[in-house]
Amino acid sequence: MSFFLNGVHVPHRKNTADKSAVRMESPKTVTIPVSMHIGVPATPIVAVGDIVKVGTKIAEESGAISSPVFSSVSGKVVKISDILLSNGSTAPAITIESDNEMSVDESVAPPTVNSREELIEAVRKSGIVGLGGAGFPTYIKLNVDPSRIEELIINGAECEPYITSDTLTMIDRVEDMEYALEALKLHLGIKRIIMGVESNKKRAIAQMKMLSDKVEGLEVKVLPSVYPQGGEKVLVYHLTKKIIPVGKLPIDVGCIVLNCTTLASIGSYLKTGMPLVEKCVTVDGGAVCEPKNVIVPIGTSVSDVFEYCGGFKSEPAKILYGGPMMGIAVPDTSAPVIKNTNAIIALTEKEAKLPKTTACISCGSCTNACPFGLAPAAILAAYKKKDTERLEELSVNACMECGCCSFICPANRPLVQTNKLAKILLKEEKAKEVQK
Amino acid sequence: MANKLKLAVSPHIHSGRSTMGIMRDVIIALLPAAIAGSVIFGLRSLLVIGVCVASCVLLEAVFNKITKKEQTIGDLSAVVTGLLLALNLPANIPVWQCVVGSVFAIVVVKCLFGGIGYNVVNPAITARVFMLVAFGSMTIQAYPKVVDVASSATPLAVMADGGNAPELFDLFKGLHGGAIGETCAAALLVGFVYLLVRRVITWHIPVSYIGSVFVLSLLMENFDFVRALSMVLSGGLLIGAIFMATDYVTSPSTAKGKLIFGLGAGVLTFLIRYFGNYPEGVSFAILLMNILNPYIMSWTSHKVFGGGKA
Repeated sequence: MSFFLNGVHVPHRKNTADKSAVRMESPKTVTIPVSMHIGVPATPIVAVGDIVKVGTKIAEESGAISSPVFSSVSGKVVKISDILLSNGSTAPAITIESDNEMSVDESVAPPTVNSREELIEAVRKSGIVGLGGAGFPTYIKLNVDPSRIEELIINGAECEPYITSDTLTMIDRVEDMEYALEALKLHLGIKRIIMGVESNKKRAIAQMKMLSDKVEGLEVKVLPSVYPQGGEKVLVYHLTKKIIPVGKLPIDVGCIVLNCTTLASIGSYLKTGMPLVEKCVTVDGGAVCEPKNVIVPIGTSVSDVFEYCGGFKSEPAKILYGGPMMGIAVPDTSAPVIKNTNAIIALTEKEAKLPKTTACISCGSCTNACPFGLAPAAILAAYKKKDTERLEELSVNACMECGCCSFICPANRPLVQTNKLAKILLKEEKAKEVQK
Repeated sequence: MANKLKLAVSPHIHSGRSTMGIMRDVIIALLPAAIAGSVIFGLRSLLVIGVCVASCVLLEAVFNKITKKEQTIGDLSAVVTGLLLALNLPANIPVWQCVVGSVFAIVVVKCLFGGIGYNVVNPAITARVFMLVAFGSMTIQAYPKVVDVASSATPLAVMADGGNAPELFDLFKGLHGGAIGETCAAALLVGFVYLLVRRVITWHIPVSYIGSVFVLSLLMENFDFVRALSMVLSGGLLIGAIFMATDYVTSPSTAKGKLIFGLGAGVLTFLIRYFGNYPEGVSFAILLMNILNPYIMSWTSHKVFGGGKA
């Protein structure tokens, strides 16, 4: 069966695509949460007063799905306490006062990788998680029976407005990407690699085409700049025509999907042994003085990063982690940059203004915009009645929460917002049934 | 600053589309037909249009006020209803009948069902059907002022009586009897193109509707192209298929559903025109399809990517 996955035309606003990322000097303090990934939070292994360096492990993985955490500066641990994370949960965070030396931990050395097992172990130790946004520990994705892997998919779509950190990875970190691809090919037996890049990234496309000349088996496909081109299921379908069923993973159709920055991070770890301690983030939005990409130590507070970009030229009305389509609005600027932060955006009052919600006129725009053909208006009606049976029937669990429906709705109805609530409702209902 | 930051669930930007914007586009698309009607049937057309639009907007405003509902006239949907109703009336209709029709459209069909988005049938169409049944003046059509038209009946009535089909080019220009906005095919097609370009509507309903009427008429008329084409260009088919059958609230939103809706309306229009008592069947056909809309919608839901049926 063939599908035409719709989506919407969002404004690009890629203001920062032509400027190379600049590395920010060490902030006075960093606050590094132990939960920067999907799965069990890491367990702190340092105590207040401990001296740490760049790359010192400060929290180790616990449980099957977890990821270690490393210090991003050199200095002294001054506090370990719970902080509010951008997703609304709380988790311990380790605050380190920097000595501004940025001296590197002695343990940092390139890992020995001569086998599949050693590669996966190396990626596990690197603390690398999915940097496209989800933060799923990368080694788990790689740790599958190699015979199941048909294609490695590299996500260079970066379809959210404003964000260009992946674009800069594709322009400036080609060697890291190449190194990682060769290692993955060698040790996981990957034959076919397909990379998808949106058509609005001309420089990145040129670089990636050059990379594909060097790396055998790598094919670079230019995709239309239609949001959400970078959605995992959308990308896999457009690159391979494979449909990932609802509730299934890419590997169930023989694909491993890695974000291009995740890939580059694997490469740089294999080369240097420096774990994931810094992150390139796009700083943009109408309220920011000097929009640019900044490479910051993980744990740097959002306010420090904004300050580095000249501060605000007007009072921000909304501050986002991530892009405006799927990003999370945060209550204040004390929150830290974490592993999977790819952008921090400060919107002005005018940019943050959304139209008033009015009555549904059944125009069908939501359904026509939904890449997966869901019927958000019908889901909203079913959710209001708490009709879980109907919600199941409407396959609300297929929703990836991309937000096309709400973006396009002429009545600005809370469609994707309701989808999220409906998914939670179904989960709760299921939990209740299990209890019975 | 910190405590003033807005918190909300994504998305944090919006396309800028609005109900008001869509309605404004529909009004713009109807302007050529309104202007053509005023030229063809004289300035009294403007009086009819003015009275219908003003009564529709006023009635909605008053209804919202009395029932203490949020004011909705700003979305311009009442203007669209008034304009569509007027364009479906003869230019010589008494003013009081325009007002009664507007009351029926806005108060009975729209507001009492819950206002915009909640009406089951199209307000303008239903009001027109109501007026057709209630007022004799609806069937005494106005005639063009600009040319001396010898034939005293509308083309459909002439053809129903076995008369000759009128000149196609005259039909295209709208120089024949009928309602204010329905006769000038050229003006309606300009509006159609505008709506397509602005992506307010898709081609599915108008094309399947008009196409099915054409094909069925062609069969009925022994492949006489001129007569079949006259069937398409006469009566309320174009304005109905382009502007009334495409009303979001009362027509399907899926492509497949739209094709079924258009086809159904086409077959019904054909049946009424050829086998019914009325020479014109567009209003009845659309009204009946409006009622079937929820069923069509549930038959034609989209396939969900990677999942079951929505």
